[in-house]
Amino acid sequence: MAEQSIISPENLVYKKTGVMTDRELHYCPGCGHGTAHRMLAEAIDELGIQSETIGVAPVGCSVLAYYYLNVDMQEAAHGRAPAVATGIKRVLPEKYVFTYQGDGDLAAIGTAETIHACNRGENFLIVFINNGIYGMTGGQMAPTTLPGMKSSTCPLGRDVLTMGNPLKITELVAQLPGTYYVTRQSVHTPGNARKARRAMKKALEYQKENKGTCVVEVVSNCPSGWKMNPVESNKWMEENMFPFYPLGDIKVPGKGLVSDGKNGS
Amino acid sequence: MKKEIRLMKGNEAMAEAAILAGVDAYFGYPITPQSEIIEYLMSANTAERTGMQVLQAESEIAAINMVYGAAGCGKRALTSSSSPGISLKMEGISYLAGAELPCVIVNVVRAGPGLATIQPSQSDYFQAVKGGGHGDYKLIVLAPSTVQESVDFIRLSFDLAFKYRNPVMILSDGIIGQMMEKVELFEQQPRLSEPPEWATRGKKPGAKSTVITSLHLESEDMEQVNLRLQAKYREVEKHEVRFELFRCEDAEVLFVAFGSSARIARKAMDLARSKGIRAGLLRPITLFPFPVEEIRRLAGQVSGMLTVEMNAGQMVEDVRLAVNGRTPVEHFGRFGGMIPGPDEILEALETRLEEWHQKQPA
Amino acid sequence: MAAKGDIIIDIERCKGCQVCLDACPKDVLEMSRKVNSKGYQYTVKVNSDCTGCANCAIVCPDAVISVYRVK
Ligand SMILES: Cc1ncc(C[n+]2csc(CCOP(=O)(O)OP(=O)(O)O)c2C)c(N)n1
Ligand code: SF4
Ligand code: SF4
Ligand code: SF4
Ligand SMILES: [Mg+2]
Repeated sequence: MAEQSIISPENLVYKKTGVMTDRELHYCPGCGHGTAHRMLAEAIDELGIQSETIGVAPVGCSVLAYYYLNVDMQEAAHGRAPAVATGIKRVLPEKYVFTYQGDGDLAAIGTAETIHACNRGENFLIVFINNGIYGMTGGQMAPTTLPGMKSSTCPLGRDVLTMGNPLKITELVAQLPGTYYVTRQSVHTPGNARKARRAMKKALEYQKENKGTCVVEVVSNCPSGWKMNPVESNKWMEENMFPFYPLGDIKVPGKGLVSDGKNGS
Repeated sequence: MKKEIRLMKGNEAMAEAAILAGVDAYFGYPITPQSEIIEYLMSANTAERTGMQVLQAESEIAAINMVYGAAGCGKRALTSSSSPGISLKMEGISYLAGAELPCVIVNVVRAGPGLATIQPSQSDYFQAVKGGGHGDYKLIVLAPSTVQESVDFIRLSFDLAFKYRNPVMILSDGIIGQMMEKVELFEQQPRLSEPPEWATRGKKPGAKSTVITSLHLESEDMEQVNLRLQAKYREVEKHEVRFELFRCEDAEVLFVAFGSSARIARKAMDLARSKGIRAGLLRPITLFPFPVEEIRRLAGQVSGMLTVEMNAGQMVEDVRLAVNGRTPVEHFGRFGGMIPGPDEILEALETRLEEWHQKQPA
Repeated sequence: MAAKGDIIIDIERCKGCQVCLDACPKDVLEMSRKVNSKGYQYTVKVNSDCTGCANCAIVCPDAVISVYRVK
């Protein structure tokens, strides 16, 4: 009885935002991509800019982001989203533009496009999903794969002597004068997800002021690639990814660099 | 208003034509022999003249993807490069063709393979006409042979690109790009005011979102997309073939040559005529669509055809396909940046003529 | 104490990842014994202590949960 009276339209406090489509997501159970999409969509919703937003989804598990994000979108070649977004923003400077890129996309094949877009201070938001692996192609090593972490192309664990060290590209681009707001978030707990949404909202607001590139990294999981169940993967992420990729702001308007990425949380 | 006549270098003329054609954005990366295009645009104060955006990208890969982004917004986007740079653009060109985005790519061809030389060449014919990037796609390819055509083709290319929602390549070369000629410029055209309905411009409230993509996961869908593309290419073949004929009415032998080779072949044709050889010249202007019908028609008239190309023999394959064995087709080429002279072309023709006459049934 | 909040679970869309379970401060959620048509166990309510805090809905990658709260 009580339940019936609670579930009524005027009591609704949370449902899937209209900036997402009704389509079922194809992501693996527990994958952070779905939550990250929704936090971005909610940020767009809160700002009321759905009809002024154009997104770019390059190759990666989230290449079909345009199935789910209910905004105009362009699919881009692997790594090229920042160049595509540059093309969009240069001809439509009044629109809100974002890219949504994986770590293989952004920090390996698209390193040049990413760094140069940031260096030019292109006025768009880069949402960077760092799951330390190539999810889409079946769990190969990414530039962000942790030392010793296993993947299908480093089955004995990443050997930094022969395979290089993980690349903290977010700290790297924070050094560039072209970036305005750079932060690292996660979406695996309610508190973290809310913070990530706030960060994306802030970044979109800054875009209006033409201040430069904003980068919101989301350290995320890949239960399939990591070969863990979703709950385990989130725990593993907290214990292993966060010490290497500490959460929090890296570059803040007015203050500049606030973290060198060395101090773990 | 009187049209303006100016003495201009091929590359600079194309850059000016881009501004006059109302192009919205140019993205490029320097490479000889075409850097004058971006240099000209950067000094032309395009922002004030028309609002055209000009950006030097970090690579040809970035430049072509910037073109993709701008073209996806329904804008007129242009890039230019030369052979090694065009190779880098091929991934993006395939995506543009797959997503059916209109844009124009200028290739001021230099010799290859590899870094090779900055000297002129036509060795990118296959890359331009047969694909170059992955997948079953076609570019519309225009080959100018004068600075005037370089100017006119900028405007024509954008018209074709938007008519068919397809990338267009202007296949120029180091000779035409660097040469000074008199050109008549056209009047300033307005930039596009109304975006096409397929462009991403921000989702209208209540409407479905617009998506630019070349991805179709289901094979059934992908086959349909391919069929649609093929149907479009057949339409292009039906309506857009362009070529020029010189003295073909009574020709007994035919030169086939495009771009700057056609200029030289024309001189060779005159030399041949002065020696009593009734030579003609067919100059394909569109390399895709190729003037198949016209070549087929002439195959019934002439005793042989000689293509003149600054490559090791590329267009000759398309001429042979068109002729389909009805008359001999041979190739004469200089390459690696060497430019053939009319004398050696005539000599090559005379040698072939003997062979062809011997082959003829008694 | 009367319940303040409630949720609707779109069980057909649930992928049984269990991420929502940990997020709930009131231990309202458990996994079903049965599976949905896609073969996933789905989230069910096991008590009426829900406060309508929306934690579960926010972390659900598949946006399966809608939340109601008496204001
Ligand atoms: C040019 C090119 N090279 C390789 C691939 C294959 N490929 C697709 S996605 C991907 C890696 C994706 O990893 P990431 O960017 O981290 O995204 P995730 O799937 O992990 O979210 C690769 C290598 C491709 N599509 N295109
Ligand atoms: S492969 Fe990994 S990143 Fe991709 S959907 Fe599955 S869990 Fe997510
Ligand atoms: S709304 Fe809050 S209390 Fe209710 S089930 Fe969800 S997490 Fe638990
Ligand atoms: S988080 Fe969502 S998908 Fe996962 S078990 Fe809970 S309701 Fe189901
Ligand atoms: Mg990844």
